[in-house]
Amino acid sequence: MTDTTASGDVRLAGISKHYGSFTAVHPLDLTIPQGSFFALLGASGCGKTTTLRMIAGLEEPSTGTVSLGEREVTHLPPYKRPVNTVFQSYALFPHMDIFENIAFGLRRRGIKSVKKQVDEMIDLVQLGEHARKKPHKKPHQLSGGQQQRVAVARALINHPQVLLLDEPLGALDLKLRRQMQLELKRIQTEVGITFVHVTHDQEEAMTMADTVAVMNGGRVEQLGAPAELYENPRTTFVANFLGTSNLIEASVESTGSDVAVSASGAILRLPAARCSTTPRTGGKLLVGVRPEKISLVPAEDEHTIAAGRNKITGKIADSSFIGVSTQYVIDSPVCPELEVYVQNIERDARLVPGADVVLHWNPEHTFGLDAAQDIDAGIETVEESA
Amino acid sequence: MTATAAPPQAEAPAVPPVHRASLKKRLIPYWLLLPGIVWLLVFFVLPMVYQASTSVQTGSLEEGFKVTWHFQTYWDAFTEYLPQFLRSLAYAGTATVLCLLLGYPLAYLIAFKAGRWRNLLLVLVIAPFFTSFLIRTLAWKTILADGGPVVAVLDKIGFLDVTSWLGITEGSRVLATPLAVVCGLTYNFLPFMILPLYTSLERIDTRLHEAAGDLYATPATVFRKVTFPLSMPGVVSGTLLTFIPASGDYVNAELLGSTDTRMIGNVIQSQYLRILDYPTAAALSFILMAIVLIMVTVYIRRAGTEDLV
Amino acid sequence: MRWLRRNLVVIAGLGTLAYLILPNVVVTVFSFNNPTGRFNYAWQEFSLDAWKDPCGVADLCGSLALSLQIALWATIGATVLGTAIAFALVRYRFRARGAVNSLIFLPMAMPEIVMAASLLALFLNMGIQLGFWTILIAHVMFCLSFVVAAVKARVLSMDPRLEEAARDLYAGPVQTFLRVTLPIAAPGIAAGALLSFALSFDDFIITNFNSGNTVTFPMFVWGSAQRGTPVQINVIGTAMFVIAVLVVLAGQWAGNRRKKAQPK
Repeated sequence: MTDTTASGDVRLAGISKHYGSFTAVHPLDLTIPQGSFFALLGASGCGKTTTLRMIAGLEEPSTGTVSLGEREVTHLPPYKRPVNTVFQSYALFPHMDIFENIAFGLRRRGIKSVKKQVDEMIDLVQLGEHARKKPHKKPHQLSGGQQQRVAVARALINHPQVLLLDEPLGALDLKLRRQMQLELKRIQTEVGITFVHVTHDQEEAMTMADTVAVMNGGRVEQLGAPAELYENPRTTFVANFLGTSNLIEASVESTGSDVAVSASGAILRLPAARCSTTPRTGGKLLVGVRPEKISLVPAEDEHTIAAGRNKITGKIADSSFIGVSTQYVIDSPVCPELEVYVQNIERDARLVPGADVVLHWNPEHTFGLDAAQDIDAGIETVEESA
Repeated sequence: MTATAAPPQAEAPAVPPVHRASLKKRLIPYWLLLPGIVWLLVFFVLPMVYQASTSVQTGSLEEGFKVTWHFQTYWDAFTEYLPQFLRSLAYAGTATVLCLLLGYPLAYLIAFKAGRWRNLLLVLVIAPFFTSFLIRTLAWKTILADGGPVVAVLDKIGFLDVTSWLGITEGSRVLATPLAVVCGLTYNFLPFMILPLYTSLERIDTRLHEAAGDLYATPATVFRKVTFPLSMPGVVSGTLLTFIPASGDYVNAELLGSTDTRMIGNVIQSQYLRILDYPTAAALSFILMAIVLIMVTVYIRRAGTEDLV
Repeated sequence: MRWLRRNLVVIAGLGTLAYLILPNVVVTVFSFNNPTGRFNYAWQEFSLDAWKDPCGVADLCGSLALSLQIALWATIGATVLGTAIAFALVRYRFRARGAVNSLIFLPMAMPEIVMAASLLALFLNMGIQLGFWTILIAHVMFCLSFVVAAVKARVLSMDPRLEEAARDLYAGPVQTFLRVTLPIAAPGIAAGALLSFALSFDDFIITNFNSGNTVTFPMFVWGSAQRGTPVQINVIGTAMFVIAVLVVLAGQWAGNRRKKAQPK
């Protein structure tokens, strides 16, 4: 992340949006550093697109201000803002060929000779040599991937201070989506413009962005680098929406630099620094651990586990072979459905459904969440939109 | 939970100012509507008001008409011209049913079977429009002329015996009978039936036919259970576009009919333009409007389609 | 028999088509007639007289010119007013939407004669001289709803993001409308305008009530049905039919060529 006081930052101060009695975005403060690749991640209806549209000027905020660097642009119409958008399903002008689509912004600003710049853009987004030649095609004659490239070129040719991308890859199939993720990342590195990317795909957000803001119910739940969000979620929503988490309800036994909790007899430890709430002895805490952090051994091999690791016993309820890994569902007195992903390095033939097992992991990989939240927040939405 | 974001939250204003869309922006739709709506208010709604006032006036051309709230005119007009009202509804209803029966196969043909002839067939349906409908209606006088080839054939195959028995023709004449008027009405409004039917049929995914066939439906069942229900929007708007203008028409009755086939349109026309009994004419056209609107409303409710505009 | 059953729809459809076309055939054939009396209803002998002198009947071509003129102005008026209403209805939320929708729908859901009679009531009561202007006013009024319906359908199917994209790409409100909205809505507007022209040019009932002594082409034909039908009526009817078909076919041909010229 670059210096937060850079002159080209996008700063949202207290912006919110109401539609009648419905609040799409609660008052929100956000600074998007210049030159960063920033993702707004959340399920549909979480307010991420509304936030984007307020930056673009397509939606006027009900409260608060939008600033680009030193300049406040809250009430500036979109055509006066140095911000351009790649729209969901592209919104290419159907009655213009791709050349005129790309040149549209330049022409509106009164630039006469656009050929050179358009050709440069066609190269930048790799539309291919034939795209430069006449006769130019109309948008409906292009494939989804090509339309996507035209949409990016049409926005970038204006050298905006910020490029906004509204679910730009939503309409593409999986393989093309992967390819375009890398392409967009390459283009962003090449041009150095701030990209603000709205997506519901957590993998996409984590692959592409330097900073991800996870939104839920019109608020930002957590903001940070992808790895930080993943390793140290601060709410159950983030824990469940980004990847999968095993969340265990436990009561706090002792506090200090290490926190000890008990759940159905098992004692688990975690660093106090990895708790998003201050644990109080006798109070409740949600203890979380990612499925791939957990190791699995048959019950008779329990003595091989190194000291100081968190341990839970259980029985394998189900296993499914994925290829690179095997995913187990463990039935444990601590928690009915614990998920464990084991890399397929050497497969233990004893790990079959019905087998008694011991789960163990490094206490450093444990995180603690406020027990007052909904333990299942963020789960269904992931499955719906994945 | 509040936003966990940089910069620290202290920077946010305690009570953020509330922005409202500018007045100018909110007035745009009204400016767009204004000229057209004013036009309709002055030349569609206001005339209705004037006609309403005319209908309760009494007086004569020489002495002038005055509003006397003489509602009796409505009852008198209705009872006096009841046969014409009933005849109008019967003719328009028959023509609508005939339009549907004749128009459906052609719309179906164009939508599903025409292949590369589709555009040509559509042109042939629309092209007659470009010749004034009055000229084309007059052509029916030639086609149905007494002793002409059409009438001769109809007579020979016994068709005219059947229609005479039904009371819609007389002897070996077709012209100046109810049959001729209904034939003209059907002809005139047929394209208004075919085009909406075609539009709704053309939207049907032909894979639905295949799917229904795959699920053991015979062609007749496919039509009854899939095609026809899906074409209902076209049927509804087609029948309305046929029935409404046909019920008020007087051209066909005038050109192809006789004094025994006068429809309510003929009565209103002559009351307004020849007899100059304005109150009766106004009352008659209000009664016609009420009958048509009530029938249309009931019909749309029962057919369950509201998106006609 | 099986062949007949399978092709029943085709046969019935073509039968209907014949029913639709037959009067036009008669009109065309009788444009070459040389009738003995005042009425051109029975075939006598072949003649090109009427085609050689299409304006040879008093007032005929004058009425035709008047109808074209009225249709043109009514089309312009109804298209401008109707397009504005359609945009307001689709693109903006405002009070009284339902009322406006009903007001647009009513003229289409009413027998023409009711509107014709009530307009006459207005003009008589206000003492307005019937003629060119009253015809034009009436035509704009009843064409308006059809334009709204045609344009509305097109604008409804238009992605509002296209206009947002234009605004995002430095096009102000006027530029956005001229460069994006209008070109994309154009087919709907053209359809509405064509329909207006056809409706106005061919209108009889409303015109009959509100024209006074002014004679449009349909009024001329109506009058001639009482006084005697000159062959020239058929000539003009045939010519309009042929011109219309040729224009449509030429349009299709040009469209096909353009489609073929596009790179694959």
